[in-house]
Amino acid sequence: MSYFLLAVAVMTAVTYFTRAVPFLFFAKRQPPSLLGFLQKYMPPVVMAILVFASYKDIDYGAAPFGVPALVAGAATAVLHFWKRNVLLSIVGGTALYMALIRIL
Amino acid sequence: MQDTHFRSGRECHLVLPAAFRASIPVLLGYTTLGLAFGLTLVAAGLPWWLSPVMAVFIFAGAAQFMAVGLLQSGAGLFEIALLTLLLNGRHAVYGLSLLGPFRSAGKWKPYLIFGLTDETYGLLTTVKAPAQIDETKFFAAVTALNQSYWVIGCTAGSLVGSALTLDTAGLDFALTALFIVLLVEQVRAVKQWGPYLAAASACVVALLVSPRNFLLVALAVATGVLALLRGKIEESAGAPRPDSGGGA
Repeated sequence: MSYFLLAVAVMTAVTYFTRAVPFLFFAKRQPPSLLGFLQKYMPPVVMAILVFASYKDIDYGAAPFGVPALVAGAATAVLHFWKRNVLLSIVGGTALYMALIRIL
Repeated sequence: MQDTHFRSGRECHLVLPAAFRASIPVLLGYTTLGLAFGLTLVAAGLPWWLSPVMAVFIFAGAAQFMAVGLLQSGAGLFEIALLTLLLNGRHAVYGLSLLGPFRSAGKWKPYLIFGLTDETYGLLTTVKAPAQIDETKFFAAVTALNQSYWVIGCTAGSLVGSALTLDTAGLDFALTALFIVLLVEQVRAVKQWGPYLAAASACVVALLVSPRNFLLVALAVATGVLALLRGKIEESAGAPRPDSGGGA
C-alpha cells in the first residue's frame, strides 16, 4: 500500500511540475530555442513510441496473430481522422477490440 | 454580512452555470473515460481506492492509464517518474499560451496550473468568460467541474468493477486507443517525417538493445536522434522563425 501511495505522490509531483514549467521558468524570458524545438516535435515521437510499445508484446505467431489489436487500432485511427471525436474513437476502438478477441 | 461577501455570492450564482455550459463537452468524455479507467484499474488487481486517489491528486488520463501497468508489474519509482515526465512533457507547452490569462489569477493560479489537462487546456484557450464574470473565477470553475467529472468517472468505474464480476477482458485496449488518438492529433499537427523517423529508429534500437527497458531506451534514443535532425526538420518546416506563433 505504501508503494502505491509513494507512486501516486511521485506522479502527482511530476505531473504538476510538467504543467508548471512555463510559469516557473518562462514567465519573464523566452524559452531556449532547443526547448521550443523539443516541445514542438517530441509529442509525435513520444506518441508513436507509446503506440509501438502497445503492440510489441503481442504474439503474432499464434492465433489470432494480433489481428484484433491491429484491426481495432486501424479502426481507431481511421475513426479519429474522420470524425475527430476523442470519445467516439476510443470507445469505438475498444469496443471493437473487445468484440474481436471474443469472436476470433 | 459584508458588501464584498454579497458581491462574490452573487457572482458565484452566475459563474457556475456559465462554466457548466462551457464544460459540457468534457462531461461526457471524462465520465466515460474515467469509468473505463476505474474498471481497468480494478481488473488489473489494484485496490479500488487508488482510482479516486489518482483522479484527485494526479488528474492526468494517459499517465493514470500507463500507471496501471507499471504498478501492476511493481515498477520502480524512478522509472515511474521518468515515464510520467516524458508522457506529460507535452503539457509543458500548454502554459506558454496561458501565461497572460493566468497572471492575475492570484490564489487560484496553483489550482489552474494543476488542472491543465489536454481537455481543460482546450477549453480555457477557446471559451470566453461571459462579459459580467471574472475570468479567473470562470476558469477555476471550469477546471473544478472538469476534475469533478473525472473523479466521478474514476470512482464509479472502480466501484462498479469491484462490485460486479464483469468480463472486462480487452478493456485495457482503451490505453492503446488513447495513444493512437493522440498520435493522430500529432500527425495532423506535425506534417514532417523527421519525428517519425526518430521514433521508428529508436524503437528498433530499443528492441535490439534492451527490450526489458524498452520505453526508457526508446525515448532516450529518440530524443538524441531528434536533436540531430533539428537542422533538417526546422529547414523543411519552412518558416524563417518557426516559433513566431503565426500558424495562420
